[in-house]
Amino acid sequence: MRSMTKALLLMTACATFAAGCSGGGNDPAPTSSSGGGNGEKPAATESAKPSGEKVELTFYYPVAVGGPITKTIEDLAQQFMDENPNITVKPVYTGSYADTMLKAQAAVQGGTPPDTAVLLSTELFTLLDMDAIEPLDPFIAADGTEGETFINDFYPAFMANSQTEGQTYGIPFQRSTIVLYYNKEAFKEAGLDPEKAPATWDELADYAKKLTKDGQWGLEIPVTGFQYWMFQTFALQNGDNMMSPDGKKVFFDTPENVEALQFWSDLAKVHKVMPEGATEWGTVPSDFIEGKTAMMYHTTGNLTNVKNNAKFDFGVSFLPQKKTYGTPTGGGNFYIFKGISEEKQQAAWKFIKFMTDTDRIAQWSIDTGYVAPRVSAYETEAMKAYVQEFPAALVARDQLQYASAELSTHNNGKVSKFINDAIQSVLTSTVEPAAALKKAQEEAEKALEPFNK
Amino acid sequence: MGTAARRKALRMNAFAWLLLFPSLIFLLLFTLYPVFGSLKLSLYQADLGTPEPYFAGLDNYAAMAEDEVFWKVLTNNVWFAVGTVPTSIMISLLMAIFANKVMRAKGLVRTAFFYPTVIPMIAIGNIWLFIYTPDYGMVARVLEWFGLEGPNWLGTQSLVMIAMIIMVLWKEAGYFMVFFLAGLQNISEELYESAKVDGVPAWRVFWRITFPLLMPTTLFVSIIALTNSFKLVDHLWIMTKGGPENASNLLLYYIFETAFSFWDRGMASALTTVMIALLLLLAALQFFGFDRKIHYR
Repeated sequence: MRSMTKALLLMTACATFAAGCSGGGNDPAPTSSSGGGNGEKPAATESAKPSGEKVELTFYYPVAVGGPITKTIEDLAQQFMDENPNITVKPVYTGSYADTMLKAQAAVQGGTPPDTAVLLSTELFTLLDMDAIEPLDPFIAADGTEGETFINDFYPAFMANSQTEGQTYGIPFQRSTIVLYYNKEAFKEAGLDPEKAPATWDELADYAKKLTKDGQWGLEIPVTGFQYWMFQTFALQNGDNMMSPDGKKVFFDTPENVEALQFWSDLAKVHKVMPEGATEWGTVPSDFIEGKTAMMYHTTGNLTNVKNNAKFDFGVSFLPQKKTYGTPTGGGNFYIFKGISEEKQQAAWKFIKFMTDTDRIAQWSIDTGYVAPRVSAYETEAMKAYVQEFPAALVARDQLQYASAELSTHNNGKVSKFINDAIQSVLTSTVEPAAALKKAQEEAEKALEPFNK
Repeated sequence: MGTAARRKALRMNAFAWLLLFPSLIFLLLFTLYPVFGSLKLSLYQADLGTPEPYFAGLDNYAAMAEDEVFWKVLTNNVWFAVGTVPTSIMISLLMAIFANKVMRAKGLVRTAFFYPTVIPMIAIGNIWLFIYTPDYGMVARVLEWFGLEGPNWLGTQSLVMIAMIIMVLWKEAGYFMVFFLAGLQNISEELYESAKVDGVPAWRVFWRITFPLLMPTTLFVSIIALTNSFKLVDHLWIMTKGGPENASNLLLYYIFETAFSFWDRGMASALTTVMIALLLLLAALQFFGFDRKIHYR
């Protein structure tokens, strides 16, 4: 009988544990243990309390570049709380961009969305289709002329991924573009002018040929991770963007794009100035720093990395042009989520304005290597001093006038996979660009069908 | 008399159920409930294009049958299993025999064989990413000594799967070795002694004594290896994202992509259902087919 009682006790203990576990399972949002104040229900009780009560904000952010980013963000949040004693911000580090999107999505489905988050600008249509985010126009309008000056201060190239159908949904925060990095010493060795980067596609191929020798490639362009982004540079330089601004149509198989993909493929297969196969996103900057490639296409996000680690003099320039200069933008925007109280949305808007404040965004750009998204940021003393010492930081800014929106559509995950696979099929096998792009176009049209009804 | 015995049996049964109860709860909550949840969701159209999921019958399965990426990842998975399961069993068996026989530095040998097992797959992915890097990766450097130029292992469609299989063999063989080692130590020394007295050659000793007596272990290991070949996909996230052009993509990674990149929950559930069915079928075949030929003591 005693063993029976023991078993019962054990069982109850286990059952309680299981219940506790399943309770935890319903709340996938990795919030800190302080409890309450980050869900819909606590929000309701909060608004019932007398005004002047603290508003608590949960803020999801990813880290996509090196350096002590987490500390910088926490310091900024602390500064904000010191200025706004009635608002508490809980910054939650949520891993990579993809992880952050996953966690935000899980939290939205669990009914406890974060209040604000930094997510890829290309997630715009996905977030809209999930009905997860609020339009920001009412907040901008409520700020009157101040709101207008604020929003107009952002570079249009960055706003292109933040707006659709006349509404603004995201505020640019950590943004980037693609630039050409080149090794000035390798240029000298090859008898090229180290102050003059290739300006056209023909020059690019020509320079790369001269730079290619045993143990050194002329050029590397990553073919994994974000190959559609790299392809967009050629597409934009040769014609139009690959999608419509409303995210409902793609134009993958235009003759201009076929020519663009042919050029990229020829660099490896015909001119032999670039390694064949899928060159890995992450190894391209290491190859450049190691001197294994004399030029590379890569994100401006690597500027600080290359600056700190390259043992040679390097230059940064616009991407070479065909019909025009061109690059897509990239990086993350601030979003405000649906399903939270009015008070919290107001507090979140305040926090976003604080984080993207001219001086702060200038400092953020200097610390991280991201392109500051605001025009006024480049007129601050800190930024002026920085570009004086490191003029390469200005190249990305100057190229912005030729920049366009990054590929972003409804059903973005599928659509970008189709074009990614098409690019890899051309660069790693013998598929013709026209055939590959035609297939991607057909697949993407099928994936976009429900949105064109 | 009957009632007393029955009551005793009942009490025994109740006791057994009580002991099983906690794990049953976990099984229901975290295994059976999600399995049936996916089964149900697989019959719904639930993606970004449908704000309100609706019942769609077998539409997802029909779309899957037409999806060439699905067939590609399934074929890839078959090759991945063919490449990893028998080879890892062979290698781990050889390693176990060696580790069992070795006289000096026994601990060192066993640790050396076992240590890849304790490294998380994500870390292994990162390590091997550098091993396979063209030009200055370890493999490229070694080939350089022989005056050969190494290929771009992970960036070439025909090589990427082989590269993955080698890496997984390295990780898994040590783990399976532990089971074989335990199995070997269970085989009675007397059998070997009598074989020695009769002057039976070594290879015959292996085929007539060691191998048959290890069969229960081999069955167990083969099931684990087979399920692992469907379960191990973490490295893809780090190394290739399934590329180039799905050449290294596996079923579970494709499920992950469908669920968390395409946000197509209906299709992801349908794929999950297919995977569960496949694994159940394979396990059943192994247990009911293979099992009869095994000599248990």
